[in-house]
This record gives sequence, C-alpha cells and structure tokens, in this order.
Amino acid sequence: MDSDEDNLNFQLQLAQQLVGYLEAGLVDDAAAVIRQLRVPYERELFEELGKLTRDLHEALNSFRGDSRLVELTQDDIPDAKERLNYVVTMTEQATHRTLNALDEAMPIAESLQARAHGLTATWQRFRQRELTVSEFRDMATALDTFFIVSSEETERLRTLMSEVMMAQDFQDLTGQIIRRVIRLVHEVEENLVGLIRLSSARMDSSKGMMKAAGKTPPEELPTSHGPIVPNTQDATGDVVSGQDDVDALLSSLGF
Amino acid sequence: MKILIVDDFSTMRRIIKNLLRELGFNNTMEADDGSTALPMLKNGGFDFLVTDWNMPNMEGIDLLRAVRADPALKNLPVLMVTAEAKRDQIVEAAQAGVNGYIVKPFTAETLKEKIDKIFERIDG
Repeated sequence: MDSDEDNLNFQLQLAQQLVGYLEAGLVDDAAAVIRQLRVPYERELFEELGKLTRDLHEALNSFRGDSRLVELTQDDIPDAKERLNYVVTMTEQATHRTLNALDEAMPIAESLQARAHGLTATWQRFRQRELTVSEFRDMATALDTFFIVSSEETERLRTLMSEVMMAQDFQDLTGQIIRRVIRLVHEVEENLVGLIRLSSARMDSSKGMMKAAGKTPPEELPTSHGPIVPNTQDATGDVVSGQDDVDALLSSLGF
Repeated sequence: MKILIVDDFSTMRRIIKNLLRELGFNNTMEADDGSTALPMLKNGGFDFLVTDWNMPNMEGIDLLRAVRADPALKNLPVLMVTAEAKRDQIVEAAQAGVNGYIVKPFTAETLKEKIDKIFERIDG
C-alpha cells in the first residue's frame, strides 16, 4: 500500500516537473521526464511479451510432439487426393459402362418396336379378312422370323440391363472411399482446431492449454479398410489383385 | 431358401438381391449392418447369409463370429461379399469360419459359382 502511495507521489512529482519544463519550453528536459514516467510500464510490457513467447514456444513444441498434423500433411492428404481422383475415374467408368449398354440396347428396342408395329398392321388386315393367300404366307414367314428375333433380342436386352445394374456397384465402392476421405477431413479439422486452441489458450487459462495439448482419446479403429486405391498407401500392403487371387489363397488354406 | 443380405449401401443390397433373384432365390431380406442383422438371424428362418465386411456399428467379421458363436446359427452358411482385399483379412475370415469370400467388384458369374460351391459342399 505504502509503496503504491510512494509510487503515486513520485509520478505526481514527475508530472508537475513535466508541466514546468513544458511551460518553460525546455523540450529536452521534458522528454527525459517522459522517458522516466514510461519505465515501469515498459518493464511490465517486456515481461508480458517474454511470457507470451515462452508459452507459444512450449505450446508449439508440445503440439509438434504428439500431433498427427505432420503425418496428415505429408502422407494422408496426398493420399486423399489420389483417392478422390480414383473416385472420379470409377464414376466415369461406371457411367460409360451404363451408357454403352444403353447405346446398344436402344436400337434393339427400337427395331423390335418397328417390327411389331409392321406386323400389327398386317395382322389387323388378316383379322378383317383382307389378306390374299400370298400375303398371308408372307405374314406367316414374317411372324416366324419375328418370334426368333424377338427371343434373341430380348435376351440381349436382358443381358444389357444386367450390365447396367452391375455398373451401379461403383456407388458402394466409391462411397466407401469417400467416407474414408471424410474421416480424414474430420481428423485434419480436429487437429487444426487443436492448433487454434493452443495459440489462444494463453488467453483462456493454463487449464485450457493442457486440454488442447492433450490427445483426444483414440476412437476404436475398424478392422475394415475399404477398397484398395492404386497409387496410395493401400498399394504397399499385402493385398489380393482380384477374385482369382482370393480363390488361390483360400484353396491354399484348404478351402 | 431364405437369404439375408447385409450391406450398409442400399445400392449394393439391391444389386445382390437382383442377382439372387436371377439365380432363382426370391426369398430375401435385407439389413444394413451386423447389429441389425444379428437379431433377425436369431429370430430364425434364414438358410443363408450374404454379408459385407466394412459396415458401421457391427462389422461383417464380427457378425460372422457372432453367428458361429451362436449354437442355433453356427452351421448357417455365410458368404462374404466385400471390398476388403488384404490377405490377412481373407485369412481372418477363413479362420472365423466363412464359407465363401468374394471381393468387390464382382460379377454375376462369380456370385453364382460361389453359391453353387457352398451348397455343393453342404449337400455333399
């Protein structure tokens, strides 16, 4: 209390001195007094700055120590880009597969329709007893051909429709890949939030900083991995290249 | 023959359902993960299980283990249809007692072949 009062008196004295110097036009003396008045505040500022620097340094160190951010930037993000490129390729392929099947199916359906249409007209005339014997023979031959062709063509249409159906399997496969990338984005987000918390923790409390620096408890990792994407970390694992590989492996196990 | 199809992607469930119908299996039901599938299986009546591996809540491998651990279900034929392609995983599934393993993407012929093989072995 006393020292505070002393301080105040000292400052008051300096201030009066300053007013005196200024009134007398003694600029240099006035400047010296101002410097003297500033000293205690500067000391406080430097101390504060030093503390902030130390905190930031410690925070960055602890963050670097247990952060996944480096790994994420170096490996996982380039990997994720590759995964998304693969998704683009897969969806493109699936779309072409579908459109190719449709390109083949459309003319088949159109030709079947045209044939049926032509026969319908002749058939109508037959029902109205307007056909000559030779026209009837032609119609019978045309019907014979139509039965054979329509059976073959509808079978081909069925195969093409199956092809369209199987092409839709991309949604499952790309979906699994995209979900994996979403998990990664989420992890990057959490790490960045952690980084922001660390840099602002000083303002909250030291407790907040501890919390931000601490690791979040790891989630239980799934045993599944999703589709293998070429040119990513996946390719380095011991993976099968297709159903034949699976069959060979299983048969080596006695299946 | 009543078949349960388990996959978290409804598109894949539809594809498998359609393929099974083409093969003459019309009595199918669907579940979107292991935790939904298990109670359905326990209620009984299923003769065959087709399951994915990578699913939320309860994965296919855990469903397989739960099936094998259940006295009433332990002989249920299980076909795994999954994108999981690591050798370790295939060995793991084999050790857990899977009857067949198909990697996605797969063809209608592969599905038919594996189903035929499973029933051949069971009948034989």
